This record gives sequence, C-alpha cells and structure tokens, in this order.
Amino acid sequence: MPWDRNQMAARAAQELEDGMYVNLGIGIPTLVANYVGDKDITLQSENGMLGMGPFPFEGDEDPDLINAGKQTITELRRTAYFDSAMSFGMIRGGKIAAAILGAMEVAENGDLANWMIPGKLVKGMGGAMDLVAGVGKVIVVMDHANKHGESKVLKECTLPLTGKGVVDRIITNLGVLDVVEGGLKLVELADGVTEEEFRAATDATLVN
Amino acid sequence: MKKVYGSAAEALDGVLHDGMLIAAGGFGLCGIPELLIDAIVESGVKDLTIASNNCGVDGFGLGKLLDTKQIKKMMSSYVGENAEFMRQYLSGELELEFNPQGTLAERMRAGGSGIPGFYTKTGVGTVIAEGKDVKNWGGQDYILEEGIFADLSIVKAWKADTTGNCIFRKTARNFNPPAAMCGKLCVMEVEEIVEPGELDPDHIHLPGIYVHRIIKGEHEKRIEQRTVRKREEA
Repeated sequence: MPWDRNQMAARAAQELEDGMYVNLGIGIPTLVANYVGDKDITLQSENGMLGMGPFPFEGDEDPDLINAGKQTITELRRTAYFDSAMSFGMIRGGKIAAAILGAMEVAENGDLANWMIPGKLVKGMGGAMDLVAGVGKVIVVMDHANKHGESKVLKECTLPLTGKGVVDRIITNLGVLDVVEGGLKLVELADGVTEEEFRAATDATLVN
Repeated sequence: MKKVYGSAAEALDGVLHDGMLIAAGGFGLCGIPELLIDAIVESGVKDLTIASNNCGVDGFGLGKLLDTKQIKKMMSSYVGENAEFMRQYLSGELELEFNPQGTLAERMRAGGSGIPGFYTKTGVGTVIAEGKDVKNWGGQDYILEEGIFADLSIVKAWKADTTGNCIFRKTARNFNPPAAMCGKLCVMEVEEIVEPGELDPDHIHLPGIYVHRIIKGEHEKRIEQRTVRKREEA
C-alpha cells in the first residue's frame, strides 16, 4: 500500500531534527507538525512569526494573528514576531534549516515547479521562490503521480520553475528520493511498494 | 510639528494625484490600512500603481479600489483571493508585476534605506529573472532587484505616540514597516494614539522618523480564513 497523506507527513517529520527552525507549506506539509513528537521544532510563518502554535479554540480567533495561509492561529511562549523584510531576511540568509513544501513537478536535477500553470489562473508565487532559494534543505512532499496518473517526478520540468536545482529530497506516496549527481537516488520505498513498481511510476533517471 | 490628523481624508488632503505609486502595508487582510483605502476610494484618484503583497478580497481592502477601477498596476506576490482582480487582469485592464514575497519586502526596505538595487538568488533561473542583470559570487548566480521608491506609504499600526513612534500587534506587522519606510510621505492609521513617553522607547518597532501623518479610527479587521479547534480536543 502506498502511503496516505498522514503517512507521508509522518515520514517527512522524520527529516526534522531537534532544534530546527522550519517552514511548512500549505497542504500535506501542514500535517507534518502533527508528527514531530518530542523534537524541539520551531515553526516559522513567513508573514512574520517564529513559534507558530495550533489553531485557536472557537471564539479565541484574533484577526491580528494569522499564518501564511491567512488562517487564524495561536502563539506559543517562545513566539517572536517581526516584519516581512526580516522574515525573508532569515529565509534568504539561510537561517531556516528546512522548508517542507508541495509541488506540481520536480525534476531529477532538483528543479521545482509549484506556482503556475500557463493558461490557467495565476495566483502568484507568494514566498515560495524565496524559501526554495534560501533555506538549508528543501524537502518536497507530494503525490508521485498527477490526476491523470502521470509521474510528477520528471527528467525536466514542463511548468514554469519556482527554483532551479533547489530540491534536496522528495517524499511521495511511493517512497523517498534524493537529488544527487546524475539523477535521483531511491532512498526508501513505501510499505508494500516494490522497486519495480516505483521505477515504473517514475519518469526520471534513477541512479544507484 | 503636528502629525496627528482628524480623519483619513484630512491626512490625505493634497497628497493624492493620478498615476502615483503607493506602497501599502498588510498581508492578506491582516494589518491593512482600511481607513486610508476607504479615503482613497472616496478621493477618486486613478491610474494608481500599488505595491502590496496582496490586493485584498472582493469588496474589501484594496479590492475596493479594484471595484472602482482606480488601480492601473499591482506589484504583488499573491493575488489569488480576488475574482474581480482576475477579471480585470485577464481582460487587460489591470497590469500585474509579480514579485516574490521576500523580494517585494526587501525592495521596499531597500527603497526606504536609499538602496536603489540589490542582488538576490531568489528567482534565479525562473521567469522572474528575465531581463535582470545576473552576477555570480562564489559560484552562485544572483539577480538584480530594484528598490521601491513610493510617492506615498499607507500603513496600519496598533499604537503610536503623537510623534509617530509606533508598535504593531502580532502578525499585523508584516509589510507595514518596510512599506512605511519606502514612501516620500507615510500616512499611518492606528487603533490608539498616546502621548510621547507612554510607549517604552526600547519597545518601539518603527521610529516616528518614518511616519509623517497619523490618524486613529475603528477597524473592521475582517478574518480571511477562520480556522479553529473544538474545545473538547484539548
């Protein structure tokens, strides 16, 4: 059985180490926060906050306290607030250890596309281009295939890029890949997925 | 020198002109200068270029200036919350310059700091880099981005003293300090105005040198995505 959303998030949480400052994207990456366990992880929200807490209880919502997805959230005892220039200063300055984010396509050279589909409505890149250019480690969490069953792990991206050669590790419902010299290296298979199945589902160069 | 004005319209009197560049604070609907936006709508000034991370939502925030077609061009990182924006953009009525969010913030901070350009690796190898100067340091390419020098800054803080020293509240700070810095004239709206000395000088987020006019008023503070936990989950 391939991993489900929560299993992918749990696997991504294993990438995090005690003491890390981390930025989580929208979607499956948000779920990673549920699986950090006892590790001391500080979550950054790029609209200007370190130490992001859970959603508020009903009635405790504060319009002055939102995350980068514009959702109401809460603060923690360790929380610090700052402006957008400082927020992206710490992102571009390499102070954020890792970003975990979703993708439309990832290529074997680490190229990432996750912000626009030409001809469709374009909403904007938000902070994604800054994050992938600046943070220590870029971890993509996504389904291995798109809605049409085609591999999202590719030799080359077809969509406009968010960043060039920026991805370090890819976690999909089928397993874990690292971007290495010459292509992608299979690190781990999801439970019950064979290497043969994985290779058949992957439209990119796999190296040993 | 008097910085406190009686209303948003009074604070903007004689300031607005067609075709001007305005830098606006706020992220989504959080920390936006609601009162100043309303006053700009009322003024009827048009052909505005607005540097702001987002463009409000339909009928609220900067979305109001879309409804009245007062905006010619937006400089933003994300505009996905607004159907009228998309309609005007796709029909060619509205120009859009996408800026990565950190690039937009830094362009404002740079403009306010007398820095006309800076190099960043954000956007290298993407459409954002097209036509921009590229320099290489230590094997890494960086692209040239320009500082934003706005005619006017419209921002929102929580509390200010009468000299413009101010503090923001939680994530409502966001783009407000860099937006405030990059305008020739900065008009700030706040929830509370206090006398000098009432704010701890060590706790000022933005010193009054960046703030030229201040107004106080009631804010709707609309929530864009209300997300909550049930109490029994605790």
